[in-house]
Amino acid sequence: MRNPNEIVADALTAIRSCSDLPALEQVKAVYLGKSGQLTELLKSLGAMPADERKTAGARINEAKQAVEAALKACRDDLQQAELDRQLAAETLDVSLPGRGLSHGGLHPVSRTLTRIQALFRSIGFEVATGPEIETDFYNFTALNIPEDHPARAMHDTFYLQTEGLLRTHTSPVQVRYMQTNQPPLRIIAPGRVYRCDSDVTHTPMFHQVEGLWVDESVSFADLKGVLADFMRNFFERDDLPVRFRPSFFPFTEPSAEMDIGCVMCGGDGCRVCSHTGWLEVLGCGMVHPNVFRHVEIDTERFVGFAFGLGVERLAMLRYGVDDLRLFFENDLRFLKKFN
Amino acid sequence: MQFPESWLRNLVNPALDTAQLAHAVTMAGLEVEALAPVAPPFSNVLVAEILSAEKHPDADRLRVCQVDVGEAHPVTIVCGAPNAAAGLKVPCARPGAKLPGIEIKVAKVRGVESFGMLCSTRELGLEGAAEGLMVLAADAPVGADFRSWLNLDDTLITLKLTPNRADCLSMQGLAREVGAITGAPTRLPQISDAPVQIQDSLPVQVVASEACPLYLGRVVRGINAQAPTPLWMAERLERSGIRPLLAPVDITNYVLLELGQPMHAFSLPRLDGGIEVRLARTGEKLALLNGQTAELAPDMLVIADASGPVALAGIMGGLPTSVEAETTDVFLEAAFFAPAAIAGRARRLGLSTDSSHRFERGVDFGASRQAMERATELLLDICGGQAGPITEALAALPSRAPITLRLARLKRVVGIEMDADQVERGLLALGAQVERQADQFVVTPPSFRFDLTIEEDLIEEAVRLYGYDNIPAQPPAAPSRMLPQDETVLADDVIRQKMVDLDYQEVITYSFVDPAWESALDADARPLVLANPIASQLSAMRTTLWGGMLETLRHNLNRQQERVRIFEMGRVYASLAEQPMKLGGLAYGDVQPEQWGAAARRTDFFDIKGDLERLFGHALDTRRGTHPALHPGQSAELWIDGKAVGWLGTLHPRLVQTFDLPGAPVLFEIDSAVLARRSVPRHASLSRFPLVRRDLAFVLDVNTPAGVLLSALREAALPQVQSIEVFDDYRGKGVPENQKSLAIRVVMQDTQRTLTDQEVDDAVQKLVDTALNQCNASLRT
Repeated sequence: MRNPNEIVADALTAIRSCSDLPALEQVKAVYLGKSGQLTELLKSLGAMPADERKTAGARINEAKQAVEAALKACRDDLQQAELDRQLAAETLDVSLPGRGLSHGGLHPVSRTLTRIQALFRSIGFEVATGPEIETDFYNFTALNIPEDHPARAMHDTFYLQTEGLLRTHTSPVQVRYMQTNQPPLRIIAPGRVYRCDSDVTHTPMFHQVEGLWVDESVSFADLKGVLADFMRNFFERDDLPVRFRPSFFPFTEPSAEMDIGCVMCGGDGCRVCSHTGWLEVLGCGMVHPNVFRHVEIDTERFVGFAFGLGVERLAMLRYGVDDLRLFFENDLRFLKKFN
Repeated sequence: MQFPESWLRNLVNPALDTAQLAHAVTMAGLEVEALAPVAPPFSNVLVAEILSAEKHPDADRLRVCQVDVGEAHPVTIVCGAPNAAAGLKVPCARPGAKLPGIEIKVAKVRGVESFGMLCSTRELGLEGAAEGLMVLAADAPVGADFRSWLNLDDTLITLKLTPNRADCLSMQGLAREVGAITGAPTRLPQISDAPVQIQDSLPVQVVASEACPLYLGRVVRGINAQAPTPLWMAERLERSGIRPLLAPVDITNYVLLELGQPMHAFSLPRLDGGIEVRLARTGEKLALLNGQTAELAPDMLVIADASGPVALAGIMGGLPTSVEAETTDVFLEAAFFAPAAIAGRARRLGLSTDSSHRFERGVDFGASRQAMERATELLLDICGGQAGPITEALAALPSRAPITLRLARLKRVVGIEMDADQVERGLLALGAQVERQADQFVVTPPSFRFDLTIEEDLIEEAVRLYGYDNIPAQPPAAPSRMLPQDETVLADDVIRQKMVDLDYQEVITYSFVDPAWESALDADARPLVLANPIASQLSAMRTTLWGGMLETLRHNLNRQQERVRIFEMGRVYASLAEQPMKLGGLAYGDVQPEQWGAAARRTDFFDIKGDLERLFGHALDTRRGTHPALHPGQSAELWIDGKAVGWLGTLHPRLVQTFDLPGAPVLFEIDSAVLARRSVPRHASLSRFPLVRRDLAFVLDVNTPAGVLLSALREAALPQVQSIEVFDDYRGKGVPENQKSLAIRVVMQDTQRTLTDQEVDDAVQKLVDTALNQCNASLRT
């Protein structure tokens, strides 16, 4: 019988020289295959005397285990090397940009409207809408602006050749809403409005949000509270100064203009606030009894307040847009800044 | 309304500086729009007289002047102005003077020492002719400080008055208001009756007495209309924005500013007989003072004489009867015209005058006689002449009914308890009569307050004088109720966000468009048209969103944007009753932005159809259709629940040219209400049994839409069929000419058990039969 240790030494040499898995399998066949050298040695045991067989068998098995262990170690190494090669080959430049569509964005006016609506919804205002081509009744008469009232001159109104006009404010929505809903009610009405005016600071179309709160006890102090709360949250400035000045709107009384401390210069005075430190941001007031009368709401039982704010104005202040006309030129380079 | 601060301070002088005064009136509702100094700051400028002006020995254009500046000896000043001449009175800046931009020093000018500078208006920063030296009045006091002589330390105040405050459209009214706001005492003009020296008068007959409840007229004879308007009056007029013209006219303008009563002076000899106040007759015309000829309407009030209208009442006088330099005899008018009789008429004629502005809002009829006396007094003073008696035609003037102000109501509206004494003091300061009862006031407003008629008007006055800033801002208390959230309706915001996620940029375009776009997009479109558009390109109310979107595309392509994907959500306009909200989209250029990892491909119909399917969350029922704006072979009508709800397609090549585009975008427009509808999901149990897939290839006519085959198959499918989808459309080799092969994947499954071979075969056979019978589509072999 050949010395198993010699076979092991040969086998280990052969295994070390293997550079890939098929070669390794061949080496395995040479030593451990059906007619491999160690297999043949085992087969030869039967011819041995019984007393030698046991020790010889044990030596052969040891040799077999040594070869198998070496084969496994080599196989693991070769597999690892193979995996390493594969991984190296599959390595990406992860700094390249991702693939596919880009993303669009909301128009800054929409973005602002969404923000305004979210703030008012958070204290229970519902959103109501109405038509943009309106009748004289809803745009003026029902809002206590009779024919030939000088206040109509404040609204440069577009009229249609046939019938109707383009609403000059979103206030008609409050009339329509009150015709079909009973107090208590709390709504905001966002939308497009139109004035026959076009220059650096006016576009013939712009957006307003009208607000209305009617209940048995709601007061001017509440109006101030809601609007101050809104402005501070809209601009995310808890210390934003606000003030209310007496004004005139036919559909509210008492009426007020609301100013906020200039958000551009912090109140020091700049071009945006005409060096006053204040910005006029909205008109508001307690609902005029004549408006309630037009929608048959009992003026002794209910009181209400209303306000109307210009969306473009707030968007300009919030995002530092210095030219109103940019909103309607729809230049993608401008719009994409808000994405 | 603009006026000089000095005039106001003359009537009421609160202990506040200019800025504090402006703040006080602004916070009381009289918004100060602008404060502007009458003159920019400069110092050490005196009134001087040029004694002599000799040519400079070494300079042709310069003159060496001896100038009297009120000192013991004349001073030498070198001057380059061509109009420098002996005897002129001019402003002179002395050494040390600071003018806008320069400081004056003693200096040698071409070898001659000059002790100051003679000034033009430009050098002082004043308005007026800039040519040469500013020439002062002959009686200007030599040596006096120029600023104080011309009262230049004054501020022009511009108020943005609200239409309800007609009473503040005069200095007297403003003074009263400032007094009420600040508590300062007022010194209103003391007016005495002018002496009546002649008995001449004109008969006045007021036919339209409701429109003109009060008419005062007076004859003044023997005036000198060319008498110079006194400096103080000219200055106040100019600083109030009115150019002095001719003394009698200046006087009526002055009274308008001072007392708020618009007046008119007629040339007496030009009037034919007496005065009649009546409505215009159809066809009457009047040549107005501004040169315009007004076509009068029967609701316009006129002042007429025997020959016809001579003035448009409360708006503007007529040219033929106007006062001229040669006029010696005048007829003065001070009337009260009811706001309703004046309102809107001026605007209809394209006019807006100081007079109509006031009458439309309400003129104090309680001060008309005062105004007449004031104008007469000034006229006699300035132009001389003799006044006749006042002729008065009086009918029913507006009444000032008492109004009850309940303290409880006041508290309820305002939200806090206000001090009743303070409220009373405020109302009294406004000129109202106040009767205090237990828990309320009974208030009679003064004649000049046309805006006080109901309780809310008084509440506003009370709060205004109390100060809006003194009312606390409190968060309202209300029952906490949740807002309804209808799960079957998608909010507009959600739809917009979906479009954003699909890589569309939102745009907002004008609702009024160029009518040419409308007719290009649809020759049959009949858009509503504005009667008074800003411009003809903005005159048609859009019937589709596409016009504005195509214009946006063109605008951006011109700015080197190569890939444009935009959407707009907005209304289109069919009529007063029909203004549906639409979602429109447009995509142009490559499907994806240019990138390293994907081949570039132009956006086509199916890319956008895919976007719409993602938007709706399910397959769409699209039907071939022709839309005038779309490519006839690449357009589809969108259907939902048996209703056509929109269009999708490639822009028609003809319009690619019209809109001057380099290529055709794909467009869509849908009713957004349809998009917003969705159902609440309902769970059905999931099948635990295997699904079976069968792929079928049908050969059919190329003109049979896949959608027709699919809906026929879906309609006929047995219950075990779960889905039927197209996964290939093949034409070419192996398929006969004019035929196509559609590969259809059929998925079958039962929720209760495994399907048998027989059941699968039956289902397939049903589909094969249906395809053959309904679409003439045979299985490809």
